[in-house]
Amino acid sequence: MSDPTSNRRVSAEDEATVERLLAGDEATFTDLVERYHGRLLRLALLFVSDRASAEEVVQDTWLAVITGLPAFEGRSGLKTWIFSILSNRAKTRGRREKRSVPFSALTSADQGNDPAVDPSRFTSGGGWSAPPEKWDEDTPERLLLRQETRAAVDAAILALPAAQRAVITLRDVEGVDSAEVCNILEISDTNQRVLLHRARAKVRTALEQHVGSSR
Amino acid sequence: MLTCQQLTELVTEYLENRLSFTDRLRFRMHVGMCRHCRAYIDQMRQTVRTLGRLPAEEIPPEVRDALLVQFRNWKRQ
Ligand SMILES: [Zn+2]
Repeated sequence: MSDPTSNRRVSAEDEATVERLLAGDEATFTDLVERYHGRLLRLALLFVSDRASAEEVVQDTWLAVITGLPAFEGRSGLKTWIFSILSNRAKTRGRREKRSVPFSALTSADQGNDPAVDPSRFTSGGGWSAPPEKWDEDTPERLLLRQETRAAVDAAILALPAAQRAVITLRDVEGVDSAEVCNILEISDTNQRVLLHRARAKVRTALEQHVGSSR
Repeated sequence: MLTCQQLTELVTEYLENRLSFTDRLRFRMHVGMCRHCRAYIDQMRQTVRTLGRLPAEEIPPEVRDALLVQFRNWKRQ
């Protein structure tokens, strides 16, 4: 009953994209660049501290993608492949500029002990005294249409300690799976989950304040 | 018995499917009885979904055009 294609890491769509790129199809290239450029920039900024460096890393990544295409073996999907080229370059650049510390060294400091929810919202017995409100199913989507909400979420992410910001950006913003995130950041699976937990809790709090003030 | 406060610290382990069988059971028992924690977990799920929809900035046209030139040059080789 298993899907015969399930063992192949690369989708038929990715394969077709690579074939068209190798054939020199400009529309496919433009499409790819438009789809990923901003996302690559967002990822590069996790590793280097200034925008100019991040932009250079992204441009280098595109060149590496172009020249590396014939060697693309499809052991991973196209997105994973592009992201790994980007993160390797960004890490190297960050280290060279001595602006970045390995995430493995940051995780213990970044894990922190801050609770997911402000303790003042619970009774001494651990029950809710100021419970969360029920959000409508489309609350975040509706709010995300507004520039100020997007800015609030961006600001909440930006305010996170570096390792938390890296994990939540990769996992939740970019949809990279947990094994790949551990791989990119060179951290353990347990660390990854703790960082994700802290980061999500803070973004939820920011959204909650925003939902509350928008009513 | 799991408290609401303890539950908020286990949400990620729950959503990531990393709780032991017993802890998962305790977690679900609590959620079944507590609408506030149901609301909390729902907010957490919506937070994750919202993060997945954060738009990235668009590529400036001149950067796109410069990359296209490089793609063309590569093609010619
Ligand atoms: Zn509860």
